[in-house]
Amino acid sequence: MSRRDYLLRKLGFSLMTVVIVLVINFVLFRILPGDPVRAVIGRNVRISPEVQQALRVQFGLDKPVFPDQFLDTVGQWARGNLGISWSLRRPVKDILLAKLVNTVILIGLGQIFAIVLGVVLGLLAGWKRKSAVDVSALTFSLIAWAVPTFWLGIILLAAGSSWLGLPTGGIVSPANVSKPLYAVLPDLGRHLILPTLTLTILYLGEYMLIMRSSILEVLGEDYILTAKAKGMSQWQVLMRHGLKNAMLPIVTLIALNLGFTVSGAIYIETVFSYDGLGKLFQDALTKQDYPLLQGAFLLLAVSVILANMSADVLYTYLDPRVKAN
Amino acid sequence: MGEGSTRFKRSLLEFWRTFRANKLGLLGAFLVMTTVIAAILAPALTPYQPTDIMRDAAGHPLTFASPAVHGPLGTDDAGRDVWTELIYGARISLTVGFLAGFIAMVVGSLFGITAGYYGGGIDNALMRTTDVLLVIPDLPLILVLVATLRQMQLHVSPLVVLIFVIGLLYWTSTARLIRSQVLTIKERQFVARARAIGAGDNYIIRKHILPQIMPLIVANTVLIISTAILVESGLAFLGLGDPTQPSWGTILNFAFDRNAITNGAWWFYLPPGLAIVWVSLGCVLLGNVLEEMLNPRLTGHHLEGGEKMVAVQKQDREHERASA
Repeated sequence: MSRRDYLLRKLGFSLMTVVIVLVINFVLFRILPGDPVRAVIGRNVRISPEVQQALRVQFGLDKPVFPDQFLDTVGQWARGNLGISWSLRRPVKDILLAKLVNTVILIGLGQIFAIVLGVVLGLLAGWKRKSAVDVSALTFSLIAWAVPTFWLGIILLAAGSSWLGLPTGGIVSPANVSKPLYAVLPDLGRHLILPTLTLTILYLGEYMLIMRSSILEVLGEDYILTAKAKGMSQWQVLMRHGLKNAMLPIVTLIALNLGFTVSGAIYIETVFSYDGLGKLFQDALTKQDYPLLQGAFLLLAVSVILANMSADVLYTYLDPRVKAN
Repeated sequence: MGEGSTRFKRSLLEFWRTFRANKLGLLGAFLVMTTVIAAILAPALTPYQPTDIMRDAAGHPLTFASPAVHGPLGTDDAGRDVWTELIYGARISLTVGFLAGFIAMVVGSLFGITAGYYGGGIDNALMRTTDVLLVIPDLPLILVLVATLRQMQLHVSPLVVLIFVIGLLYWTSTARLIRSQVLTIKERQFVARARAIGAGDNYIIRKHILPQIMPLIVANTVLIISTAILVESGLAFLGLGDPTQPSWGTILNFAFDRNAITNGAWWFYLPPGLAIVWVSLGCVLLGNVLEEMLNPRLTGHHLEGGEKMVAVQKQDREHERASA
């Protein structure tokens, strides 16, 4: 299969997945009891049946649900119109955009630390197989897998706030809320330590395991034997041939993990009252704010799908075997 | 018939002998069994009901009492006995985990066998479905689903909703595993022979394929149960559990909402989390060891050397070294 065909197939798959997400989002919203018109104008407003009917026509609700209403709704979503939040009385799009940055910062930091540590430790574990490093790495990832994310957060929150005096939640201290960003950076940093640490521990195990198994696989390849036969040192072999090729699965894992990452963010932002998309999701759930919930789901799902597609595209550039084909 | 059962007994004995030598597998079995026993014997292990409120001499509720004041695990914000809540919570957590795992196992096996055996369009559709489920972030999807189901006022317990949502979303890894096994088994000679003498598809699946993959299904179910217990605890922590039938996740939700952390009530938020780790770690250890013993595909790399060609023995040695 040529590279073009491969990319086209991946693109087709991603498009199909996005369509499935759109359908899920549309169907779930429409099977909710109650009239969407009421949802738009608010729950406690009394208006005459004539006006309601006029609104229904205006919003296209007199048309058949499929395909007219579906295409109409998707068209609105595509233009960024995600409706009005019931609890916050503001456009869902604005709310989501305001929270997005905070979540990206948190996830980004957690991922970077986890990847760097995971690659280094996984490399050591795989290289010195069955050594103390290897055994502890395996034990760590096993236990980290069995620990619920939110509980790890609770423990670090309790320990960090009582022993290290770190803040118990939020993004900046209340006194700093209205100050410009550069003035509150140290405060922001202090608030980020515990949630970032939780995320790092959470993601670390998997990167470590993948790196370990992929370095083990690479070290069994013929070109490693060739490199050794040429007289390269262990270290040179590992760095020049092993690391580069073993990194490939990490790229896929970063993208594949994004869904998992998002789940982690929902738990951790809830535990640390961190003002991002995850906490917003949880708040929307508690307040039964469906437009907000649907908008957040749409944003998260589509971003994860697009990230996966990007990883597939990137992969074709990184892996010489895919490139050659 | 008699010969068949002796042979079954012998292979079971052989299995037990290999399993017994595996310390991690034994540890896993121990962790799971203790939890199951505690859940079953809950009324015998505590004099209280989970809803009973402890009171001091003056009749006031004994809130946030430390283990030193009220043993063995203190009381919560309302004065309930934490140990009692913990072992009764085991019943809920395990029930949800086991039932959700069972649903995932049935759905995954059905899809896996159908796709692997019949191939073609069915197989293609199944693989695309699992691909899609892999890409959509699972927690947001579950939250949206559960929120919608709740709003529909179905008059079912939140626990039933959780069981079905978890069971119907986490079957994909099972389906893929079973499919790949069925693909190899259906090419084996005994299947061709059975077909040559006129056996139908149903007969071949029931008599030849199912017995071959059954051990693997069991091992995989144990792994899925650990996922299900973890997912349930998270959803319950986010407030989707049943407050009248608290699982460990629900207890942690109470502890978090009612400021157990700022009150320093570690006896309230540590034990339920440790219980989740205890049983999910047990399931993972048990499931991994069973899978290693039963999955022929998990043998070592062919370049690793001759002595490691037999997977079971290799794993034994590795684990012995790990536990030494």
